[in-house]
Amino acid sequence: MSLSSADLGTVRVGSFQGPSRLQLNIDLPLVITLMLVTIFGFVVLYSALSEDLSALVRQGVRFGIAFGVFFVLSQIPPHYLRMWTPWAYLFVLFLLLLVMVNGEIGKGAQRWLNLGFVTIQPSEMMKICVPMAVAWFMHERALPPRLGHLLVLGIVILVPALMIERQPDLGTALLVVASGGLTILLAGLSFRIIAVLGGIALCAAPLPWIFAMGDYQKQRVLTFLDPESDPLGAGYNAIQAKIAIGSGGLFGKGWFNGTQSHLEFLPERSTDFVFAVMAEEFGLLGLLLLLTLYLVLVGRGLYIAAGAQDTFTRLLAGSLSLTFFVYVFVNTAMVSGLLPVVGVPLPLVSAGGTSMVTLMAGFGILAAIGGHRKLLAP
Amino acid sequence: MARPNVSLKDHWQEQRLFVSRILWSVAVVLVLTGALIARLIQLQIVDYERFADLSQGNRLKIEPLAPTRGLILDRNGLVVAENLPTWQLVAIPEQIAELEVTLGELEDLGLLETAARPGLIDLVRSHRGFERVALTNLDDAQAARFAVRRHRFHGIDIQEGLVRHYPFGEAAAHAIGYVGSISLSDLETIDRADYAATSSIGKTGIERAYESRLHGTVGFRQQVVNARGRVLMDPATQATVEGEGILAGLETRWPTPGENVVVALDMRLQLAAHEAMSGVRGAVVALDPRSGDVLALVSQPSFDPNRFAEGLSRADFVALNNDAHRPLFNRALTGRYPPGSTIKPFLGLAGLYHESTTEHDHTFCPGYFSLPGQTHRYRDWRPQGHGSMDLHDAVVQSCDVYFYRLAVALGIDNMETFLKRFGLGATTGLDIAGERAGVLPSREWKRTAFSRREDQVWFPGETVIAGIGQGFTLVTPIQLANAAAVMSMRGQRYATRLLIGTESGVTGEVLMREPQPLEPLDDVDAAHWQVIHDAMLGVTREPAGSGFRVMSGAQYTVAGKTGTAQVFSIGQDEEYDEEGLDESLRDHGLFVAFAPAEDPRVVVAVVVENGGGSSAAVPVARRILDSYFALNEYVAQQR
Repeated sequence: MSLSSADLGTVRVGSFQGPSRLQLNIDLPLVITLMLVTIFGFVVLYSALSEDLSALVRQGVRFGIAFGVFFVLSQIPPHYLRMWTPWAYLFVLFLLLLVMVNGEIGKGAQRWLNLGFVTIQPSEMMKICVPMAVAWFMHERALPPRLGHLLVLGIVILVPALMIERQPDLGTALLVVASGGLTILLAGLSFRIIAVLGGIALCAAPLPWIFAMGDYQKQRVLTFLDPESDPLGAGYNAIQAKIAIGSGGLFGKGWFNGTQSHLEFLPERSTDFVFAVMAEEFGLLGLLLLLTLYLVLVGRGLYIAAGAQDTFTRLLAGSLSLTFFVYVFVNTAMVSGLLPVVGVPLPLVSAGGTSMVTLMAGFGILAAIGGHRKLLAP
Repeated sequence: MARPNVSLKDHWQEQRLFVSRILWSVAVVLVLTGALIARLIQLQIVDYERFADLSQGNRLKIEPLAPTRGLILDRNGLVVAENLPTWQLVAIPEQIAELEVTLGELEDLGLLETAARPGLIDLVRSHRGFERVALTNLDDAQAARFAVRRHRFHGIDIQEGLVRHYPFGEAAAHAIGYVGSISLSDLETIDRADYAATSSIGKTGIERAYESRLHGTVGFRQQVVNARGRVLMDPATQATVEGEGILAGLETRWPTPGENVVVALDMRLQLAAHEAMSGVRGAVVALDPRSGDVLALVSQPSFDPNRFAEGLSRADFVALNNDAHRPLFNRALTGRYPPGSTIKPFLGLAGLYHESTTEHDHTFCPGYFSLPGQTHRYRDWRPQGHGSMDLHDAVVQSCDVYFYRLAVALGIDNMETFLKRFGLGATTGLDIAGERAGVLPSREWKRTAFSRREDQVWFPGETVIAGIGQGFTLVTPIQLANAAAVMSMRGQRYATRLLIGTESGVTGEVLMREPQPLEPLDDVDAAHWQVIHDAMLGVTREPAGSGFRVMSGAQYTVAGKTGTAQVFSIGQDEEYDEEGLDESLRDHGLFVAFAPAEDPRVVVAVVVENGGGSSAAVPVARRILDSYFALNEYVAQQR
């Protein structure tokens, strides 16, 4: 733990290049918990997809790919990641630019990039590249970050965020800002500056309402404030989700017995609103189990972060863990009516999208950070 | 500034800062998770009941089930109104490729009318894709024609329904009434929930008066529907899945059929009366004086109630409503006619009661009557006069002069008070709606009925003509029949009635109702009753009687009185010339009678509009009475 010297990084690099070539790095607590969450997710999805096996198989394939990404990334020594960070960041930024010019349109937004053999969503990649970039920048500098650093980091975070917001995909843009912002907070940004920035953000809150937000985004916020005002239109999702959750009670209606979902009252029940299906069929107990598993993942991530041995890995591990929690919280809070309806899937459970791959990539990096520290420790 | 710091990084310090931030993060994570769990507890534990109800409400669609309408039976158990299976042509919008084309083909088959197409298109489009839309009713031939071609029509089907049917058609339309589509004004008077599955409601007659008994109680069937309202599984047909999963706890409550209603009508008599009145305008009411039962109630011209039950187009309804002969107008209850000479037996009794005359008083009839000190001549229908008349002969021959004198002797107020006790000038308490009061004039009545001061004065001449049932006096046929019933029963009175019993649609239990007696005329001398009865019998028995010719040869005794009601007033010196008058200005013919005279069982009142006089009405009564006694095998025993 107390290898405190300026050339710590080089020592570490040299020391584990040898053994790591032969040894697989597997973080058991992480892998087991991830598997449990994913299995629970499949159980719920099987019901939510109304036994649509082909959709379940597609989700299985997605999970396979995601687990592959997780496995590969968990073997890569973190210092390579650090070396690649600027290039990865710029590359994904370039992809975002391509999306703006030449993206696929789905659901009224331009998010997808067709590479011929596969369509990818660069905004998802940014969720990882932004904290990497922030951690990389701070790695070279003394903590806590100063105002000058903040300016640079602000550009690093806000440029991709604004590009994503233009797609438009407010949910992902906010998550990208959150992932970058959390990295800065972990870097020790003084609470005074946080308070000042928070005040400014609060004052600036109406600005996007006036200048940047699309009608559908405004509608979502308005509907959040008063869902009953438009029970058949924009408020329908929120109301039906609440009914699904509430009617689940403590024990739930049972697997396949969710009337809200099976009778199609609940929209997007296999994607953004899958939490409500779970709530309806498995009740509060099912939700507590899921939340416990999520907390184990977050806790494991923060534990790895606390034990990481350089600024880059610390910040990155902490940020990835907390961002994961933000996903969980934003989705569950949105479905249960604590937050406005923003398009954020339930991590590791919701069907479809690149988010499964992104999340597992994040956990892969976490496993790598945790694993390679252990190799170094003795 | 930043550069030198790179080499001066304090790793120990940085690590402590970072760990403190991690701890802060853990705190925030726990607080947010706690907030989330609190929210979930609020939704799933605290407000559980409310959301469970809401989700049930989402899931369940309550399909109302229409009760079967009760039958209407006549006093002998003949079915007067029933429910017949009918074929309905239905469309299922989502299965029809091209609505216009399909409807066109159905028109070619003669199942739909081209004129109805735009309306049907709107109707079909206003329903959701999976809802069955009834296009029209089909008769058996049409249903058969469609059935063999059914495979060619995707999304068109035939289904069974029930339609109200009146086997006697127009013969009893005014007594039984009819059902029709529920209108907005109907909705204000009914419990909407109870009619959720019902499409028609009683509009007139028995159908309306006993709507609440005939209708029954609505049932319901809970069905599971998805968010678009499509019924997923029908528990009635998929009993195997009932009680499991999302189909748990479905309920069905079958509807309670309406009660059958037994009416007083004797349909055989009703048919006879209807036929006897065919081709004329007017009304017949036949009563059983011993109970007030309405044995027949005819208003001509009539209409076919089946057209209303099957759905009458707006244009047809307007045509029917504007018909110059007014077939929808119930003359038996709402037609008000001057009673003419049919009032005479009642006034004769009034004269005896008030001692204005006696059985033996004689009056000379010169063919006219004048009030003392006046030159105006009130003419007798017989210009040469009847000569010396007592009460008996005056009734038998319908001498006007005798009753002019009697009226003056009685005074209008005595007349009014006495006639009122026979139910004249007021509704008879019949249990179907629509009865109108008549008019029994008096000084008091005239003061309130007219607004102009000079019209409010009662003139002696008005008393004179009231003596022969002219002037202001107006009665309805049912009032006339009811008064004759009271006469026949020597003062015993009953409320007229159509309903005599009900039969439970569930248990079949029959409840017959007792007749409803009214305050009798028990202060009239038995001898006085007999005088009038004898006189009325004389009308049909004595060669001079106004009903003698038509009633001769009857196998039963009839006590009656003819009447002629003026529609058109004739000037002082003019002669009434029937041939020269427009038909609508001809006199109404009236006849009231009860039989057998010595043991009354049936009372008939006949009004023939513009019949030219009582000669039009007596034959109608004869035919009705003939069929009554033929049906009731009464004759041989009495003779």
